[in-house]
Amino acid sequence: MKNKVISIIIEALKELAADFGNDNIENIADTDGETILYGMDGILESIELVSLFADLEEIIFDEFGRDITLADEKAMSQNNSPFRTVNSLSDYIESLLTGDAGDDR
Amino acid sequence: MNQIIVITGTSRGIGRKLAEYYLDAGNTVIGCSRGNSKIEEPKYCHYEIDVTDENQVISMIRDVRRKHGRIDALVNNAGIASMNHVLMTPYETAKKIIATNFLGTFLFAREVSKIMMKKKYGRIVNFSTVAVPLRLEGEAIYASSKAAIVFFTEILSKEVAEFGITVNAIGPTPVATDLIKNVPESSIDNLVKRQTIQRFGKIGDIVNVVDFFINPESGFITGQVIYLGGVLD
Repeated sequence: MKNKVISIIIEALKELAADFGNDNIENIADTDGETILYGMDGILESIELVSLFADLEEIIFDEFGRDITLADEKAMSQNNSPFRTVNSLSDYIESLLTGDAGDDR
Repeated sequence: MNQIIVITGTSRGIGRKLAEYYLDAGNTVIGCSRGNSKIEEPKYCHYEIDVTDENQVISMIRDVRRKHGRIDALVNNAGIASMNHVLMTPYETAKKIIATNFLGTFLFAREVSKIMMKKKYGRIVNFSTVAVPLRLEGEAIYASSKAAIVFFTEILSKEVAEFGITVNAIGPTPVATDLIKNVPESSIDNLVKRQTIQRFGKIGDIVNVVDFFINPESGFITGQVIYLGGVLD
């Protein structure tokens, strides 16, 4: 599942790059997943992160048939933001899909 | 033009009239309320939800996206009124008013904006009240919940402007609907006397302003509040 989630995130980032004309986002497809997405030194503006979440929630439903909400209380209250890198974001989405944190609506 | 319009609180009162008006004009209307709807039109779809329940709101809006692919306009009409002296207002009543009037508006605006931003187009209309600028005694909690909507409208308009979404609010005067049926007549008379044009509002007065805000030509109008009856902020 991890590889599938990562590829979903990369695809969503590519679409975001086209939408916002942000070259920094486009180049992320070639990295190891540790590029900082959001926060200090992050490549995403807050508005781009919002757009990414909307895209991801949509794609996750299409691919897995599950409604998840990324910006939930749990994510927002963690000391280390799950939205910091592609890998951490992927881990967080996986936990929503498989664990008790899953928001099955 | 067939617009996809989400209207909250469509089981009765202003919400129902707005839904019927936009259906008559050939639009698709998606409505909601805690109970069922008596509107039976092929282009009307009703969801029985509580606007203060985050999960229900999210499920409804995502279902609308799957079925219609877009939302052109959101009319955040659902609301409750309870007029009482502050010292006589139960805490639970205050929480319910803030939750329905303000948090319900917030939830719908948040979820619908996510759909609208993908299309780089959207019109959001929120409902305030003339009780805000008039600072009416006896309406502290109700007016506060609606004052929050004014600030929310103004700030949200800035946050979503780059996505082609406009956010405006209407501040109606009292209209003879179920919402005010339990409010003492003297309170309503007192309110009407403080309007520049001293009469009850009509559904048509509200439709006129909502029409203006959701018109595709109104793309340069955002963050505005229009109070009816000539009430000044």
